[in-house]
Amino acid sequence: MDEMQEITREFLIESNDQVDEMDSILVELEKMPDSKELLSTIFRAIHTIKGSGGTLGFKNIERLSHAGENLLSVMRDGRVRMDTEIATWLLAMNDAIRCMLTSIETTGAEGPTRTQAVIDHLTMYANLAEGSKQAGRNATRKRSQAVVATPAGAGAGCVASLLDLEEPLRDAAEPLVDASDVTSVIEAALEVAEAASTVEQALELVATSSTDEASRPQQPVGSGVAVSEPDQEENSSSSLAAAKSTIRVDVNLLDNLMDLVGELVLTRNQILQLTSKVDEPTFLRTAQKLKFLTSNLQEGITKTRMQPIAMLWKKAPRLVRDLAAGCGGKKVKIEMSGAETELDKTILEAINDPLLHLLRNSVDHGIETPAMRIKRGKPETGTISLRAYHEGGQVNIEIRDDGEGIAFQRVKQKAVEQGFINAAQAASLSDQEALNLIFLPGLSTARAVTNVSGRGVGMDVVKTNIEKIGGTIAVRSEPGKGTSLNIKLPLTLAIVPALIVASGGEQFAIPQANLIELVRLEAEAASREIERIHGFPVYRRRGNLLPLVELNAELDLGSRSEGSLSIVVLQVDGDQFGVVVEEIYDTEEIVVKPLGPQLKGHPCFSGATILGSGHVALILDAWGLAKRAGSTADEESRSAVARDFGPLAAVNEVVESWLLFRVGTDGQLALPMSGISRLEKIDVKKVERSGHHEVVQYRGQIMPLVRIATALGIESASADPRSLQVIVYPKSGRDVGLVVDEILDIVQGQSLLDTRHVEHGVAGCAVIQDRVADLLDVNALLAAWEVAPQLSPVAA
Amino acid sequence: MTTTSTKLCTFFLDDQFFGIEVARVQEIIRYQQMTRVPLAPKTIGGLLSLRGQIVITIDLRERLGFPPRPEGRLPINVLVRSDGGIESLLVDDIGDVVEVDADTFEPPPRTLRGIARDMIRGVHKLDGRLLLLLDVNQVVSTKPTFENSPNEKE
Repeated sequence: MDEMQEITREFLIESNDQVDEMDSILVELEKMPDSKELLSTIFRAIHTIKGSGGTLGFKNIERLSHAGENLLSVMRDGRVRMDTEIATWLLAMNDAIRCMLTSIETTGAEGPTRTQAVIDHLTMYANLAEGSKQAGRNATRKRSQAVVATPAGAGAGCVASLLDLEEPLRDAAEPLVDASDVTSVIEAALEVAEAASTVEQALELVATSSTDEASRPQQPVGSGVAVSEPDQEENSSSSLAAAKSTIRVDVNLLDNLMDLVGELVLTRNQILQLTSKVDEPTFLRTAQKLKFLTSNLQEGITKTRMQPIAMLWKKAPRLVRDLAAGCGGKKVKIEMSGAETELDKTILEAINDPLLHLLRNSVDHGIETPAMRIKRGKPETGTISLRAYHEGGQVNIEIRDDGEGIAFQRVKQKAVEQGFINAAQAASLSDQEALNLIFLPGLSTARAVTNVSGRGVGMDVVKTNIEKIGGTIAVRSEPGKGTSLNIKLPLTLAIVPALIVASGGEQFAIPQANLIELVRLEAEAASREIERIHGFPVYRRRGNLLPLVELNAELDLGSRSEGSLSIVVLQVDGDQFGVVVEEIYDTEEIVVKPLGPQLKGHPCFSGATILGSGHVALILDAWGLAKRAGSTADEESRSAVARDFGPLAAVNEVVESWLLFRVGTDGQLALPMSGISRLEKIDVKKVERSGHHEVVQYRGQIMPLVRIATALGIESASADPRSLQVIVYPKSGRDVGLVVDEILDIVQGQSLLDTRHVEHGVAGCAVIQDRVADLLDVNALLAAWEVAPQLSPVAA
Repeated sequence: MTTTSTKLCTFFLDDQFFGIEVARVQEIIRYQQMTRVPLAPKTIGGLLSLRGQIVITIDLRERLGFPPRPEGRLPINVLVRSDGGIESLLVDDIGDVVEVDADTFEPPPRTLRGIARDMIRGVHKLDGRLLLLLDVNQVVSTKPTFENSPNEKE
């Protein structure tokens, strides 16, 4: 009894695999109808299903696969050629088998799946090859009916869900068929079925019942099949040999093993920590051996859980085929490379839905109709290419289509219409930023809601699901040319290398996947080199400003200890930022344990682990930190959009000569030298008043003075109270004197302009020759200042 | 049927007497160094390593609205099996395993309000004292609401 169940279970697993495989082969066969190799493969698969199904007493499966086998056998002999119609029916056969397998799994019996229609059609096509007049005539007749019935097959994907409807339909239809009144069958069926798809089902039934009698006597016409039987045996035995080198293992067993290895890794780490304390050669040697063996074991177990991404992709051709048919006859071909790329099973499962969703999007929104494509000068058939490859300990998956791309303007417009951003924000977004709007929850850009997509639930879910497993997704698009989505995923989730850091007396683990580099700052350098822009810490790394997150402050760990610091530079989604920690320890292979439900959704931690020391350490979530860093740095000046995508790096390269000066007590300001005519020191006594304004006589003109300190609303801190440091700045044909506290330097060279910290009078923040300076926005200041003279009667 | 008795593992918070079904209690261990979880709700005492497993500890004082434990007084871990897994409850002191009869049981009085109401299943009227029966699943199901970052700017 138990043994029987075991065998049945194995049959189910195997057959499901084979049906899946047949799906993709069939789609391929449609393109290469003469491939003997593909035909043989699919033939072997159906033969195996027939054999095992029959042995286990699943008569319907046996009968159905027998019909399919017959057809495939004549096709293999080249007597019938593959076409879309045949493919559709063979796919329908797959679906029916799948339904029965599901039913066996849940109820133990094949269930009520109706297979007659499919069997009849398969038989009919097979008979096309037979010379017999009778068969030929019947076949032609049936062929015409098959045309009517084909739509049912096109909706084959829905067969499973339609099963329930099929039964009553059948009941309603059968007594009527006896009266051979086809029209009333349809009518009766229509009464039962409301959905349009069920009508197709009804048509199928009509076809079935009318061909029932005709096809039955033809079934024994299997003489041609019998001839080819021996070589079928040969084929299946060769595939059996291949099967013997692999065995099926319960996933739970693997999961348990993985957990055990996890524990073993922890134990090894603890032992290795002991080696520094114990000076016993035998122990040290044993510990080394343990280290080596554990690593190998871990690697081995990790491998057993790895599966090629082809496991997911094999569903793609069928999905794309059915979708394309459902989207107004689009023509889409799918290309794959790197299908052998392996991923941990858990990750594979997690990206299944997102991947299918993206494919659906590509077919539905991406690829244009054939007519449109021709008009745009593209090949009639659209291409979706799937690419997977390993890179830097991560797996990259790329989904690219050559469709119409994403219209940035439309996305912006939709986002404004649906109230996600206001018009001003929309105008300031770059194309790439606009593109990122598609990840907003609820935003849909589809022109019309179709069955397939456009309901506004989608890309945000895709993004969240991918981020949940530590992956990232990026979208690139060129209007009219196509769209590509890049997904980066970790190889495995269970055991990851991590950097152990400490801050505020606590240890944390940072997964190395996000790690870019480490910077150590000695005690006296620490306070100097971590600079602040409006309170937010930054660090100059090779001339670029690196935003910082101070772990102590961010996690409320208490104030930072004096002494040396380290910056852990992390990268998330193309943005880099530094995490300031007090101590950096070693790297360790950590076993990721989920946080309990009480801590799920913690903004900064993605899990916990037990370190070699036996202590529990929390695993820092680089993504969460980046988000927090982004949101705190942006403050209220940024919209929710910006927060969603982390810091928007608007860093422009500017090469110029700069004047650095000081106003107030701290910080330095900069102006491009190109805008300045000269620098002057002016005696305070020479300053006269004209109305509300201070003026001086300068080179035969009256030059108004603008005190920058006052304009910026900060306290002036001039070193010399008797003279004014003035920058002469030509503006609309006359000179204006900008009064500053001190001229610091003139520097030349490249600078980086970071416009994230824009505020009144400051155009942004620049790094010029390793110095951070706020760029003074003179035009804005003067514009504000010039309003005043109009109010007062005394103009300069 | 009224004589059905249950065994309760008992413990104290201040001088209040609490009980949990023995079947729900995995073990009791003395205070251990915990890893605190920054930004987590106060009811989360920290994370504990229990033979290779990470266990969340719940500070029962915080959870039931008691004042904080006096300085220098170390709590005791009562490891319980809830529907969600294993958690640890931090309590002041451990009592005996008490066998109670169903007829000493009474649902919580209507006057009992506040957060404790959901967590106290009822009261066993014992000689000279009341034993409050805790609902383990309710006690451990703290909502994950997180504080904002402290530097979310003044």
